[in-house]
Amino acid sequence: MEMPERADIGEAPVRIHVLGRAVEVPFGLTIMKAMEYAGFRLVRGVGCRGGFCGACSTLYRRAGDYKLRPALACQATVEDGMFLAGLPFVPANRGAYDLESIEWDGVPDGRKTLLPAHYPELARCVACNTCTKACPQELAVMDYIQLALRDDLEGVARESFDCLQCGLCAVRCPADIPHYHVAQLARRVHGRYAVAPSPQLSARVAEIEAGEHHGEMDRLIGLGVPELTALYAQREIEEVAA
Amino acid sequence: MSGYPDSMLASIAEVERSRATRLGETFPKLPQADADALLQRHHPDYRPEGKRPISIGPNRDDRAPVELVDLLEARPRIAAGDVDLTVVDRDVGVLILGGGGAATVAALWAVEEGLAPEELLIATKLRHGDSNSMMAQGGIQAAVSPTDSPSQHFLDAFGGGHFTNKPELVRALVEDAPGILRWHESLGVLYDRDASGEMLRKHGGGTSRMRMHSAKDYTGMELMRVLRDEARNIGIPVLEFVSAVELLIDADGRVAGAVLVDVETERYTVVRARATVLATGGFGRLHIQGFATTNHYGATADGLVIAYRAGARLRDMDSVQYHPTGAAYPEQLVGQLITEKVRAMGAQPLNRHGEQFVYPLEPRDVEAAAFIRECYEREKHIETLTGFRGVWLDTPMIETIHGKGAIEQNLAAMYRMFTRFGIDMTTQPILVFPTLHYQNGGVEIDPHGRTSVPGLYAAGEVSGGIHGKNRLMGNSLLDYNVFGRRAGRAAAREVLDGACPRGDLSLDHAYRFAAELQRAGIDGNGVSPMLLPDYRGKEALSRRLDIF
Repeated sequence: MEMPERADIGEAPVRIHVLGRAVEVPFGLTIMKAMEYAGFRLVRGVGCRGGFCGACSTLYRRAGDYKLRPALACQATVEDGMFLAGLPFVPANRGAYDLESIEWDGVPDGRKTLLPAHYPELARCVACNTCTKACPQELAVMDYIQLALRDDLEGVARESFDCLQCGLCAVRCPADIPHYHVAQLARRVHGRYAVAPSPQLSARVAEIEAGEHHGEMDRLIGLGVPELTALYAQREIEEVAA
Repeated sequence: MSGYPDSMLASIAEVERSRATRLGETFPKLPQADADALLQRHHPDYRPEGKRPISIGPNRDDRAPVELVDLLEARPRIAAGDVDLTVVDRDVGVLILGGGGAATVAALWAVEEGLAPEELLIATKLRHGDSNSMMAQGGIQAAVSPTDSPSQHFLDAFGGGHFTNKPELVRALVEDAPGILRWHESLGVLYDRDASGEMLRKHGGGTSRMRMHSAKDYTGMELMRVLRDEARNIGIPVLEFVSAVELLIDADGRVAGAVLVDVETERYTVVRARATVLATGGFGRLHIQGFATTNHYGATADGLVIAYRAGARLRDMDSVQYHPTGAAYPEQLVGQLITEKVRAMGAQPLNRHGEQFVYPLEPRDVEAAAFIRECYEREKHIETLTGFRGVWLDTPMIETIHGKGAIEQNLAAMYRMFTRFGIDMTTQPILVFPTLHYQNGGVEIDPHGRTSVPGLYAAGEVSGGIHGKNRLMGNSLLDYNVFGRRAGRAAAREVLDGACPRGDLSLDHAYRFAAELQRAGIDGNGVSPMLLPDYRGKEALSRRLDIF
């Protein structure tokens, strides 16, 4: 197998401004690769390079525009005239909690509040929607903050599920709400207390603890590779239910 | 951004023309003999020039990828006199190297075992959570349903590993699996469930029962963020942007901590530890044989290098997992993972003419070899404007089979990723080519996570023996939980039972290793561990395609 030759860039370079410094980079690179091309060896502001970790939060502005826009540097392509700044760390407030002893009566609008009690700053939300506009995942962040004010944990869990915890919402929020920490608390309490444990899983764990599967496993471990190869070849494949 | 260029749209028209016919037809699974022949001819692992024997150390004469052997045979980063080992900066119970899934699970279970959180230290070279664990999409295996059993899971994992796994490790993996999922439930992890509240189960490549449990296609992220949140709640100390450069050995020959370097200030820290857990992940960023990779920025084999110098045995290092479906277009996404779930939900791999050429769910190595053959022998590939070759995955079939909206619901991360670059995978196919995905082997462990060196434990992708020569989808999230837990508990138990470094801390093992390299006439490989890749300048251009 032969790999293709190095790419010939060929096209007109793009001029971008990294933390105010103008650099020329080839057309078509992601912001992250463009910064590397320009000579930056990244330590902060780089993580999975695949859009899953939120390490490379970036704010940018296009030439001639006033608007600050969000991006993940590994998931956005450079544009000519872009002014950009990475925001690799967000000093947002996060309260520690004990999931096992957390106090909540489990009913939205119930007597004991959970999310507003842990994050009183939620009440400062002015519904400006800046958080939603700041989200590189395009989540409805303000909507889940409104659900959080009502302690609708299931709603917060649903709306916030794809959150990468990059923190751009919290940086832009005029009310200093740490949206992504609120959402994490909501998802965990919902998962722990409102989602019933799987009955099949509980049964299987009990069987294993009672040693019910040990005999069959001992038998398999005692077989040689030829017998196991035969058993492997004879496996019946479970049909996918329609 | 505007999606596909005209040159690729012509091939998409052929895909659309054949779709209705293909919906009712699946290319047959290859007989074993044909699969073996395909692997021999086209799988990168079978290219002899990709590997060379290791010259010195516990695995002398074993073959491994040349990119790894270069690092194993490089000089230590620190020379005698660089660091004053008599000044101990931190003195801890359990030192955990790495900050991904295995490290975090080890820390949580060390506390469960009885160590106080402040007796632990996690040291990681990026942020806590930055890891391949965060990026896993498809799911986690556990034999939960009444039609399934741990022994069935054992058979799948052992056969999938070509019967080269350590059986006692596979046993631990499958017997602990349901308990791990139960633990996740208690931590509030949100798995996908059906209307009755049971967890959804799916097949993965090589499974005989549906036992893949998922959280949309963000399974790894959901697990990692919950585990990290719990570690923060109980106050486990974490040093970020600090990487291990060498293990420390005490007067008894036991591992007794590590020398760390701050990757920003380049200052060294000496950490003495009563037990040490290696959870440093894999080696995808070595770009073995020039392949693009799905791996995160820090996957540079550091743990293998420092453990090897300390005398730890490695195993199965000759086998590398190439995931068949890495993105091949657009350039910005090249190498990034397209989860196996896309094929599991019905998307067929197709050549330029819209023809099937392989069963969609062969084991990963066979599937990858078939893609390479289609692109480089039969030359029925689709070529991008920059000369990258790939084959189609016909994703619109998923919506035809499962209904409109199925992609956004089940493959939210994928859908979002392609939409950002102007490609709507619900109406257009996506281009794929194999990508470097997983280090099958690693530092050999026993069922308690112990390595061959006293005082040193290992868990997660850095460890070896669990998956043999090939890992199945869904067994890596499981692996880091099962063996992170076992290593964390065993390390904590050793500390609680009174293990303690004796005499002076020493780096002599590393200097002896360097001297042995010199005697063997090996020079010119620079220093290791690598710590972070360097993609500056022109390197960024080749990385545009993610090929050297």
